[in-house]
Amino acid sequence: MDLVRNLPAISILICMFAAIISSGLKGKAARVLNTVVILTVLAFSLVSFVWCISLGASVVYVMGIFPAPWGNELRFGVLETGMALFFSIIMLLSIWGGRHKMKDEVATDKEYLYYVFINLLFSSLLALVYTNDLFTAYVFVEINTISACGIIVIRENGRTIEAGVRYMIMSLLGSGLLLLGIMMTYDITGHLLMSNIQEAVRNIVDSGQPLIPLVVTIALLTTGLAIKSALFPFHSWLPDAYGYSTVSSAAILSSLVSKGYIFLLIKIFYRVIGFDIVYSSRLLNVLFVFGLIAMISGSMSAIRENDIRRMIAFSSIAQIGYIYMGFGMGTKAGMVASIFHILSHAATKSMLFVSAIGLTDVSKGSRHFVDLTGSAHRNRIAGIGFLVGSLSMVGIPMFSGFISKLQFMDAAVSLSYKKMLPALIVLGISTILNAIYFMKTVLRIYMPADKLGANRAQADVVTNTVPAARIGINGIVEEKDRLVFPQEKLYGTVIILFVILNIALGVCSNTVLDWIRAGLGMFS
Amino acid sequence: MTQDEINEMLKASDRSVLVNDEKPTKKSGFLSWYEGENDILYSNLRMKRSYEDHIKKEPTIKEHNIEEAKVRYAVYDTANNMELKAFGWVYKVSAILFCVALALALVFTVSYLPKVGDPDTPANSGVVSQRYIEKGLEETGAVNIVSGIILTYRAFDTFGETNVLFIATCCVMCMLMIDEKLLHRKEDTDSKYEPKKDDILQQTAKVLCPIIFVFGIYIILNGQISPGGGFSGGAVMGAGLILFVSAFGFETTQKFFNETVYKIAKITALCMYGLIGSYFYITGANGIANHIPLGIAGHILSGGIILPIDIAVGIEVACTMYAFYALFRRGGL
Repeated sequence: MDLVRNLPAISILICMFAAIISSGLKGKAARVLNTVVILTVLAFSLVSFVWCISLGASVVYVMGIFPAPWGNELRFGVLETGMALFFSIIMLLSIWGGRHKMKDEVATDKEYLYYVFINLLFSSLLALVYTNDLFTAYVFVEINTISACGIIVIRENGRTIEAGVRYMIMSLLGSGLLLLGIMMTYDITGHLLMSNIQEAVRNIVDSGQPLIPLVVTIALLTTGLAIKSALFPFHSWLPDAYGYSTVSSAAILSSLVSKGYIFLLIKIFYRVIGFDIVYSSRLLNVLFVFGLIAMISGSMSAIRENDIRRMIAFSSIAQIGYIYMGFGMGTKAGMVASIFHILSHAATKSMLFVSAIGLTDVSKGSRHFVDLTGSAHRNRIAGIGFLVGSLSMVGIPMFSGFISKLQFMDAAVSLSYKKMLPALIVLGISTILNAIYFMKTVLRIYMPADKLGANRAQADVVTNTVPAARIGINGIVEEKDRLVFPQEKLYGTVIILFVILNIALGVCSNTVLDWIRAGLGMFS
Repeated sequence: MTQDEINEMLKASDRSVLVNDEKPTKKSGFLSWYEGENDILYSNLRMKRSYEDHIKKEPTIKEHNIEEAKVRYAVYDTANNMELKAFGWVYKVSAILFCVALALALVFTVSYLPKVGDPDTPANSGVVSQRYIEKGLEETGAVNIVSGIILTYRAFDTFGETNVLFIATCCVMCMLMIDEKLLHRKEDTDSKYEPKKDDILQQTAKVLCPIIFVFGIYIILNGQISPGGGFSGGAVMGAGLILFVSAFGFETTQKFFNETVYKIAKITALCMYGLIGSYFYITGANGIANHIPLGIAGHILSGGIILPIDIAVGIEVACTMYAFYALFRRGGL
């Protein structure tokens, strides 16, 4: 059984190999290779996850012959392998969910590049999850940033290129701050390996040396990763990047890329610095405040939005706010709630993006609310997906979003007055705001559409001279715009799998929470 | 003329379509004739504008910017909106103040950091650097410690770094690569103004290119015994390729370095690095002895995995440098 130790390293390497080989393949072969790789990684992660649970401790894996502080090292326990397993499931479903749109969104001769980006992005996510070395983390943050830019701009229209450039500038700013932080860490501790840094940091704190460099280092690392994961004041790049890129890209960016950075931040808090030292530096209070502001402002922007994909994107800002609020609580319960919310949000947001495309597909490609009226009747399966996603986001029992909100409430109650009241009040307000914009959308997509547009159909005389799909905003419902399950087998299956995943997270939450607690215990 | 014929003629002019419409118009006959909706000869036919005009294309960046500027002008009256001007002013000032404050805070922090060159700092006296310096030669077989560190101790990081170059080229290809057919049409207009067959450039390139290539190969092969290695040597070779292509044009270069060759070279180099790296990581992690001889320090064939990896990195860097130039200059390889 000892050979299982190799699986995480092998899964990172096969993703990188797949990316390299894909760059010489044609679109279809690259697509098949990508699916095979993700499925393999999924199986590997599952095996190592089960192994880690039975082992009950985290494992150190040396990359090469040189041990800890000199060579590279991976370290994984229940939380890391579980996260990798979860990431591969979401990655697979996001890719499959957007596959039928691929030919419309990406030029055929550039399709292989998309899979190159996806494979490298996946390898970098795995490396961020598994690595035990700050500099390795930085290298893979770089790969992650560039490939994320790639999957945004590959759609090649004005808006995505603009969004890609904006994303790149903000993201590189974040990388720069992260690199500064890593440099200063090395300067004051002389180590790059996470566990060794923690020892050195403890020595610094115990020996009573000035703490200013340490605090600034923590601030730089946190700010860098907060910019990259779109915490409130740094979120301006997000709506365009998520709103205009391809479906798969939007799902992957919102549910995986930002979560990879957040996971790295958790790692830095627990393994590099030590959570008590981070807590005593009071930086968590800043995260707490910005998290609260994000929860309100993200939802307010989402309510004002008139475009369904941008609305979902704005909702992401609010959800990222929840996660940072959980960090800001500074307790283990808050951290567990945040990690559960990472899972819940990733599962739900990718489902919403994938369902939204099903709804816009049957509304002549328009993403505006007026045209989406009644679209859930035309594409039932996407309607179900959107409904479940909305219920989960709002926090209805049975779905995953309820558990994360419950956990946040639970964690908030045990805090001191000053933090408990704002946390509870903002959670309440944010839930109501969530309900406003999601219910508005759900009501609209389930409105009977037959009455609408019927009179306008008369006025439209020249329908036959124009290709049906390009008529644009006329509000006519034609029979061929109706999508039934057999036409989109893969898409329907993906939505059903998403729904099952969401309900599984909501119903079996105790098991998942136990794993998260066990994983956090192995973390430091 | 039948209605279809007229329609076809009108379609060719891409303006409007005639429709057979029995419905009486609300306007009186004269008024609709006056406005050009009605045709006198075929009185039951009315002109309708073609839908082609109404199909919305996704706007280009320029159109989008103009649109946005127009909207901004209409909504905010940017020319004489004092509030907006005041906000812009406050924004600029606060941005400058913030940057200055950040810079001062960082400078203040640096004053607390260990001094540069002090032998007692954690970075200089720590266990990490000590072992690199004392045992580096013995463990990696490389006289050049830097190569030893980046390609043996931290080989995984460097593999990631090489992949950063690879993904960067892929991104540029995704944005700038143009279809080969379009490319030929484009070449008439784009590089027309570029000096071609410049004698001075060509004669210089004839002399310099071989020297540059040989020098690049020398740097790559000597990575383990002298300053240099894959990254620097590859950059030199890439520069040589760029000099060659600017002197002799893309057509000459394509005879020996086209897209196929580029792809084969890149994939082979990266896979070679990946395979050697994987062998090294996995045998090392499982405690299996690897069969890569370290050689005698100071010889060309020494340093274990450093030399083959340096060659792979060199090829990848040279390809990347050239691909950047070619994609930006021409839109294809």
